[in-house]
Amino acid sequence: MRIELEKRAKASALFSILSPFIALALTILFGGVMFALLGKNPVTALYSFFVEPLSEVWSLHELAIKAAPLILIGVGLSVCFRSNNWNIGAEGQFIMGAIAGSALPVLFYDWQSPLLLPLMMLLGMIGGALFAAIPAFLKAHMNTNEILTSLMLVYVAQLFLDWLVRGPWRNPQGMNFPETRTFGADAVLPEMLASGRMHWGFAFAIVAAVLVWFMMRYTLKGFEITVLGQSERAGRFAGFSSRKMIWFSMLFSGALAGLAGISEVSGAMQQLRPVISPGYGFTAIIVAFLGRLNPLGIAAAGLVLALTYLGGEAAQLSIGVSDKVTRVFQGLLLFFVLSCDALIHYRVRLVWDRFAAVKTEEAH
Amino acid sequence: MGIVEAILFSVITAATPLVLAALGELVAERSGVLNLGVEGMMIMGAVCAFAATQLIGSPYAGILAGIAAGAVFSLLFGFLTLTLVANQVATGLALTLLGLGVSGMLGESFLGMQGIKLQPIAIPLLSKIPVVGPLLFRQDAIFYASVAILVGVHLFLFKSRAGLKLRAVGDSHSSAHALGVNVIRTRYLAVLFGGACAGLAGAQLSLVYTPQWVENMSAGRGWIALALVVFASWRPWRVVAGGYLFGAVSISQLHAQAFGIGIPSQFLTALPYIATIVVLILISHNRRMTLINTPASLGKPFVPDR
Repeated sequence: MRIELEKRAKASALFSILSPFIALALTILFGGVMFALLGKNPVTALYSFFVEPLSEVWSLHELAIKAAPLILIGVGLSVCFRSNNWNIGAEGQFIMGAIAGSALPVLFYDWQSPLLLPLMMLLGMIGGALFAAIPAFLKAHMNTNEILTSLMLVYVAQLFLDWLVRGPWRNPQGMNFPETRTFGADAVLPEMLASGRMHWGFAFAIVAAVLVWFMMRYTLKGFEITVLGQSERAGRFAGFSSRKMIWFSMLFSGALAGLAGISEVSGAMQQLRPVISPGYGFTAIIVAFLGRLNPLGIAAAGLVLALTYLGGEAAQLSIGVSDKVTRVFQGLLLFFVLSCDALIHYRVRLVWDRFAAVKTEEAH
Repeated sequence: MGIVEAILFSVITAATPLVLAALGELVAERSGVLNLGVEGMMIMGAVCAFAATQLIGSPYAGILAGIAAGAVFSLLFGFLTLTLVANQVATGLALTLLGLGVSGMLGESFLGMQGIKLQPIAIPLLSKIPVVGPLLFRQDAIFYASVAILVGVHLFLFKSRAGLKLRAVGDSHSSAHALGVNVIRTRYLAVLFGGACAGLAGAQLSLVYTPQWVENMSAGRGWIALALVVFASWRPWRVVAGGYLFGAVSISQLHAQAFGIGIPSQFLTALPYIATIVVLILISHNRRMTLINTPASLGKPFVPDR
């Protein structure tokens, strides 16, 4: 038996909408099999993983808190991926944004002002963008592969943060714990609703998704991004510069990742610690693909992936499986998303033997 | 063993996984497939090797398990990118993310366990040579395998008909297809070989380099191996030179930390990653040379017309 692909004359509209859902269904199905192999009842396990976290108000707030960075980063990455720039170092840009934004409340601890928070957010974006500028410069002017450089810089950022919170930025009254001072009241991103912890980072994420959706759909910049991504040559004929696009897409996604970093630290943690992200920068890659690189799709996908984080925690508590299943689910999901994309551009056929293929061809 | 020999020995131990993974990836890339999942296949190799060693009691069973794990994982990648023509960059990332997740789960019950170290095998006579003997001929089986794979890959790629076909597939898949070479099968085999090598590299980490299981213990080595292939301009011997250079960098930072020179340990730990970036810049800033060296079909999907 073989699988054969036949190119569709044009991309299937039906499957471009359906494929993320098919992928989700397959992931859940496989997840059930996995739970069964672990000796758990798949139905209760899946229920506590995917449904329980949605049943209470406080956990919906947690969902929004986790979705915010995923959506912010994912939206930025969609611009990169669409223009064929493979920034996979968003995790590092997230960290550097958090560090840059935290510089104010950590170093000028006594300074309280309504200006503080906007300045922190701005610094966060600048920090993330500057860190993304390194692979951008290297790709645009040194012809260096951005995938490898941006990824290597993630390790550098993690180590830099580790050094800061154990060394110069450690809380002098913190009993030697590796963490900075807790931010003052004016440096904390406020909660959006009275009912729970969700902070304004979620609003940033939704606004970013809508703005980028508008940019991609209605502006020349959006067209430029798409054209250069699909064919650099065609873009050049249209007068677009792929070098400028490298700079634009990398700085843009870096800034959004940086904003995600400082929002997370200011809104959810109120201090820097050696580890501030459970891999948001990498999970956001999955978010971007599950959302089919469409900003609005990404907003929905961000909620789904946020649910896998919560589900992992919930499943650990209620049925005693490791919260590592979260990462397995995330990896599986990306796999299925990418497989199902084949349905959009190709007719997929199972062929039972060599002659069957010839016969169908003759029949045409 | 004197101090110099001990240091050189540790350089070799640190370099072997890089060399192995990079050689495997080199073959895959020569056939035109860019598999960014090396890190994922490596970590799967590491965890399966450790687990099998614990369960069966022999590190050699572990080696086999590591190779098998890497190979199975690479087939997943092959199925997506070759059969379903999925984007190679994204699929490679998926493989890495999935590998890190699955290995974390599989390895959870092995955390903190005392490992069984793969013992060196002294080669009679040769191991008695001063300096060189203990360094090269009193090594473990995985090191010997890495040497054999190096020679084998070189001979295969440049001295055999099959190797010529593989390179043809990587340089122009449509021409190779027109000449009757089975592009997809060639690529499947190349990807499979890359996966097996990455799995073996992972086994080296959990059986030789640090005989225990630690989550994420590959620590970016898969990515460094990918950079090594670029650094080596897709030539096997240069992979070895680069691999040992990186081994030396990572060992020197360990020794610098041990001597406690005034630099914070985090900066020293970051050294191999920064070195990777610097090396990539040096090797690729010449656009024309890069273009000549890179397999022309690298990363491009191929759908056979019937």
